[in-house]
Amino acid sequence: MSLLEVNNLQVQFETTDGIVSAVNNVSFSLEEGKILAIVGESGSGKSQTVFAMMGLLDQNGHATGSVKFEDQEILNLSISELNLIRSEKIAIIFQDPMTSLNPYMKVSAQMAEVLIHHKGLSKTDAIKQSISMLDAVQIPDARNLIRMYPHEFSGGMRQRVMIAMSLLCHPKLLIADEPTTALDVTVQAQIMHLLSDIQKEFGTSIILITHDLGVVAGNSDETLVMYGGQVMEIATTELIYASPTHPYTQGLMSAVPRLDDNAVKLKTIQGNPPDAMLDPVGCPFSPRCKFSKDICSTHTPELLETGENKHFRACHVAFKELL
Amino acid sequence: MFNYIIKRIGIAIPTLLILIVVTFYLMHAAPGGPFTSERPLPAQVLANIEAKYGLDQPVWRQMINYSWGVVTEFDFGPSYKYHDRTVNEIIAQGFPITLKYGFWSFIVAIGVGIPLGAIAAIRKNTWIDYFAVGVSIGAQVLPNFVMAPLLIIVFTLWLGWLPGGGWHGGDWEYLVMPVIALSTSYMASIARITRSSMLEVLNANYIRTARAKGLPTKTIFFRHVFKPSLLPVISYLGPAFVGLITGSVVIDMIFSTGGMGYFFVNAAFNRDYAVMMGITILVGSLTILFSLIADLLYAWVDPKIRY
Amino acid sequence: MIVANKNKIKDMAENLSDSGPGRSLWKDARMRFMQNKAATLSLFVLLVIVAFSFIGSHFAVWSYERIDWNAVGSAAKVGMPSIETGHYFGTDDLGRDIYSRVIQGTQISLMVGILGATVAVVVGTLYGATSGYLGGRTDQIMMRIVDILMSIPYMFVLILLLVVFGRSIIMLFVGIGLLSWLDMSRIVRGQTLNLKNKEFIEAAQAIGVSDYKIIMRHIVPNLLGIVAVYATLLVPGIILAESFISFLGLGVQEPLTSWGALIKEGSNTIMYDTEWQLLFPLAFFVVSLFCFYFIGDGLRDALDPKGR
Repeated sequence: MSLLEVNNLQVQFETTDGIVSAVNNVSFSLEEGKILAIVGESGSGKSQTVFAMMGLLDQNGHATGSVKFEDQEILNLSISELNLIRSEKIAIIFQDPMTSLNPYMKVSAQMAEVLIHHKGLSKTDAIKQSISMLDAVQIPDARNLIRMYPHEFSGGMRQRVMIAMSLLCHPKLLIADEPTTALDVTVQAQIMHLLSDIQKEFGTSIILITHDLGVVAGNSDETLVMYGGQVMEIATTELIYASPTHPYTQGLMSAVPRLDDNAVKLKTIQGNPPDAMLDPVGCPFSPRCKFSKDICSTHTPELLETGENKHFRACHVAFKELL
Repeated sequence: MFNYIIKRIGIAIPTLLILIVVTFYLMHAAPGGPFTSERPLPAQVLANIEAKYGLDQPVWRQMINYSWGVVTEFDFGPSYKYHDRTVNEIIAQGFPITLKYGFWSFIVAIGVGIPLGAIAAIRKNTWIDYFAVGVSIGAQVLPNFVMAPLLIIVFTLWLGWLPGGGWHGGDWEYLVMPVIALSTSYMASIARITRSSMLEVLNANYIRTARAKGLPTKTIFFRHVFKPSLLPVISYLGPAFVGLITGSVVIDMIFSTGGMGYFFVNAAFNRDYAVMMGITILVGSLTILFSLIADLLYAWVDPKIRY
Repeated sequence: MIVANKNKIKDMAENLSDSGPGRSLWKDARMRFMQNKAATLSLFVLLVIVAFSFIGSHFAVWSYERIDWNAVGSAAKVGMPSIETGHYFGTDDLGRDIYSRVIQGTQISLMVGILGATVAVVVGTLYGATSGYLGGRTDQIMMRIVDILMSIPYMFVLILLLVVFGRSIIMLFVGIGLLSWLDMSRIVRGQTLNLKNKEFIEAAQAIGVSDYKIIMRHIVPNLLGIVAVYATLLVPGIILAESFISFLGLGVQEPLTSWGALIKEGSNTIMYDTEWQLLFPLAFFVVSLFCFYFIGDGLRDALDPKGR
């Protein structure tokens, strides 16, 4: 049994200009103790997918479909029901640790309130446990630093605080929404190390959202590639890197600059990401796809298993034709 | 925090000095002395009077004497028109009245404005939001000198519920209309400021974090939303205070409440420079003191200010 | 009253700085402004009021100074608004025609508002742009001066000025204008500072565009939006200040009049069943201020691409 099962998740936003579909028919599952990377350009719907799972969509957002966590349907639960899951079972860390921590509260108060609310601890005990969690994410001198405000920490330290805060209740699933995007490259590596350490130590499953393929490699078991609110391909990370079978994934991979490549010009994917305002007809990638056929712009390809172990792809063009 | 207080006081003192110097020189730049009247006084009499009030000394010396009196003894000198009264006596008569209805106006502006703005923000795009926005736009074009006569028309002339003026020691029925007239536009501004800042805070990333933590809505509101939303309100308190004290002049005119504004306007018509100067400096010091307090309050709420 | 919009404007200043659509900013803004019904309607109403203040006097039977001796002392009965007597809006207690006086007051109030705002905009923009452009110590000192001036209750100082230098209209709008530029200068300074560090300015400097051209081509057009918005919001603030002073009897002097003075006269006589003396000038005052605020809001939304 999977820890998390998402089926036909759909997210729409009502805006003054009309309805925007941010996520269309997304399905995937996650085993306990595994790391799943969700990869895509900005606006591909990867963040909205996980926000919908946790009921964190903006007020004008609406989600349909099914999200099962430990066999329990959690999509569109009431706030009080969701609050039993948030932080206790599923925790999330956000992209920008500067704005995601409350600048007007001490770190101690922001961490302690989680334990006070969920575990009913006293304030002293809650702070004690928070300090040991800060120790666990390798923040030096946590005993004193916990009394400080977020702006007194460096970017990397702030993200460590966020991670420590999310781990306080030992959640089964940790969602990391672009956890390293706002950080320096050297700090990025440290944070990624920390996340994989956490996964090993606590056995936490992790969903890692990123647009940085460099982060995915070596840090995840499976990779899900999203484009235009739809899943393009799901496979083991190894397979995605070794031999991507979807035109979009291939494009992504070839756009990554390599040290062993002497090309003068960086490779790009021609064209622009799709307009979410338009009704999704056909494959969202077809206008930019080199292999596009007539059927691509009229029928949305289904996400089908290729026969190999847990490898899914959504493309009308057979793998052989891409070579 | 200590350094910050010192720094703020470092601005407050020169401000006050500049205010004193400017008003003093303005008064002396005025054409005609305070004792120039239609019937010219005999030269000797005029000289005697000027000697009595120290007006025969050089301006800078007069100013130092005056400032010294203000700073050390809180003495604003004698009135030039009411010969038997000092400016201090006039202030002592008018100030408590201004203070009383000013205080209640302040309380009403904050006590109604903040909750109204907060409810409008939380219930955005519902009838209560539209109501609050409507009220605050309406009140923007209904300043105290418009509110006051309208209130008199409705509550005194049509309904006959409240007396149209007077003070009577500040009984509540004499207090109601001045307070409403004075506080409405500031209440509306505070409501509008609270609403927009709270909407911004509600959209902030750290509120999403708080939601993701699984905290109850009430806890999120009182622990995470409320305090930051008040910051713009706190920085508005200084200007609001200036506005209230300025508006008190109108209140005293329309409701005959006999506060400081009454004496100020009278002095303006009589060219009683001593009274005008005394009241201006008093009001200026209060304003400076108040904005100092507001700034310290701001620094207390916003940790990023504390150096 | 003038400061009430400060926070809004600050937000707007921050938002505006991030603007930069590919289309022409102004064309885009005009389209968005036209879509705002409240703002467009307000603009129309305001234009009608302005037009009325110029051509309305041609339809007047009584000039603003002439006294209708029939109405003196019995304004409540004879001075009622009526087409027959030619007093469309009634008369005041001295038998003067309110219709003509409202037209006259409208002219004066709008003029003081617009001229005062012009003074404030010019002074504030120059001061703020200089401060922001020079930066460093000069900037700090200049802004400290603004801080100091801001914590002075300016209405009292203005009344002092009027008493000392005489109560004239010129003094009134110069005084109000000179005391209302403070917010403007802060906003312009912030905006200039923001722009100075923007990449497109750096890019222009890097390819050797002269300072003058950078200011004219890149800084000024980006300041114009916020100056326009703030000027629109400044006009009603100044009208309010003028009305306040005139209400106290310290502003515009007889036989001239303004909205504030008319409201004062009207409110002095409300005990005698002559509500029209208050309500006609009040209606003009309130409607015009509404219009200015809605136009200002509309302009802000139109020039603030983030607010879409």
